[in-house]
Amino acid sequence: MPARTKYELKPGPATREAFGHALVQIGRENPAVVVCDADLSKSTMTAFFAKEFPDRFFSYGIAEANMVAQAAGMAYAGKVPFASSFSAFAVNKGFEQLRVCVAYPRANVKVVGTHSGISIGEDGPSQMSVEETSLACSLPGFVVMAPADEASTKALVRAAAAYRGPVFIRTGRPKAPLIYNGGRRFEIGKAIELVEGSDVTIIANGLMVAEAIRASDALDQEGVSVRVLDMHTVKPLDREAVRRAAAETGAIVTAEEHMVDGGMGVRVAQLVAETQPCAMEFIGIRDTYAESGKPEELLDKYGLIARDVVAAVRRVLGRKRH
Amino acid sequence: MPKPVAELQALAKVIRRDIIEMIGTAGSGHPGGSLSAVEILVELYFDFMRIDPKNPKWPDRDRFILSKGHACPVLYSVMAEAGFCPKDQLNTLRKLGSIYQGHPDIRFLPSLEASTGSLGEGLSLGLGMGLADRLDGRRCRTYVLLGDGEIQEGQVWESAMSGAFHKVDNVVAIVDYNRIQLDGFVHDIMEVKPLADKWRAFGWHTLEIDGHDFASIRKALDEAQATKGQPTCIVAHTVKGKGVSFMENNPKFHGTAPTPAEMELALKELQ
Repeated sequence: MPARTKYELKPGPATREAFGHALVQIGRENPAVVVCDADLSKSTMTAFFAKEFPDRFFSYGIAEANMVAQAAGMAYAGKVPFASSFSAFAVNKGFEQLRVCVAYPRANVKVVGTHSGISIGEDGPSQMSVEETSLACSLPGFVVMAPADEASTKALVRAAAAYRGPVFIRTGRPKAPLIYNGGRRFEIGKAIELVEGSDVTIIANGLMVAEAIRASDALDQEGVSVRVLDMHTVKPLDREAVRRAAAETGAIVTAEEHMVDGGMGVRVAQLVAETQPCAMEFIGIRDTYAESGKPEELLDKYGLIARDVVAAVRRVLGRKRH
Repeated sequence: MPKPVAELQALAKVIRRDIIEMIGTAGSGHPGGSLSAVEILVELYFDFMRIDPKNPKWPDRDRFILSKGHACPVLYSVMAEAGFCPKDQLNTLRKLGSIYQGHPDIRFLPSLEASTGSLGEGLSLGLGMGLADRLDGRRCRTYVLLGDGEIQEGQVWESAMSGAFHKVDNVVAIVDYNRIQLDGFVHDIMEVKPLADKWRAFGWHTLEIDGHDFASIRKALDEAQATKGQPTCIVAHTVKGKGVSFMENNPKFHGTAPTPAEMELALKELQ
């Protein structure tokens, strides 16, 4: 048995910031890339792109429906548009346009939502996005991703630009611990095994990946062998990684900063049911809206920290068939 | 050189007959708003737009988007008569597997510019195309046909505001002002007056014309093309159901197909 992988989880930039920097780099390499924003460019970090490429940046004001549909029009005319806003506004307010102008004709539009989940903190539930992954996954043909840190965000934004078809990427507001340190290949639809383990698998994405690693460290002290998967792509889901997790560890805990309903976990559960049924537990928001508070207070109150993942692992191990 | 008006009028009659036959055969569809837009589409497709039916995806082509997608019979007929798609399949409208879907669907008919039917979205699409064309230095122009009921959608005004702000002067909005929508007369459902003033207030160069008069349509399109620094809106006053006496100004024929007897009567009127 090789030594268990250790992660230092040093402080890193927010995934939205990684997105902003990645866009500039992609913009330098591909003149077809254009960016659309709805009066949030300083928050979504598309302002970096706007500064370097003012002619390829389009301000739409506070009008997400129009922004998404115009991005589709640009895609039909050969551009690679990135449309960005808070996840709550880009997807919810632009949903009808994502449906008819983007998904239905399979337009080559990339929507990047920032300020996803409840970790935006003090602004409260109207700005928080806990439904958008479910909505985006319901659109036929969409690729939906939720990267965990700087390196994976940069790589997956790049992969989205190279991919031909509609993509939604969910990024966050708070600083995200560094998980990857170069040399790793990221592919759309390919989960990454961060920690090897044989008793149980934690499948996480976004900021829950770091919590899953912390949970696995704590459980390792107790002699529980935990596998951790970064399921950065929610759709299409990595069927083989899920099947193997179910078959080889016999118990799965999913963890995401999103409503459990319609989120990554239930999509994993569907695959598990179709391939290799096993005991499962789901960490996520439970049929409620959050409130104002510090991000760490909210994550604690709504059950989205390592402690909650550990508890879910204990529950699932109690139900696991031996 | 503009096409002789008599030639365009003859084409309009053919298109109107196609519309009645297509919808009558399908047994469902939207005759009223198809008939009101015939002259506008005939002028665009047979006289004004730079298009090539042999090369429908020619990068420098002018584009047409039917934002009021329910009026697709007029678009299908005009495109078929122009040579973009087969005439002999027009009567498969709305049937399973037909290229002529119930609302325009680019998956089935790739020579369309967009899939439409959910109202209020076409002008945004057109403006996005116009901005991309401008960035790439293409001289093509995009024409978007909207319904007067359709402009009740909020997105239309988001797009109108942005079209003026970004000075998208290669895009023209045409409003088919036929005064009737599904539930009845527009002024009874949600008044849109003063329609032209609204577009002016949103920063569009705005013209009002008789939407059944070829010379007026042509003149307005010329003026739109000559207008720089702001987009143009052409408010085309039209008659819902135009050309078929019992359909004209009759809300029933917004979304009701003619019966076989009505179809026969209509075709007789259109001889």
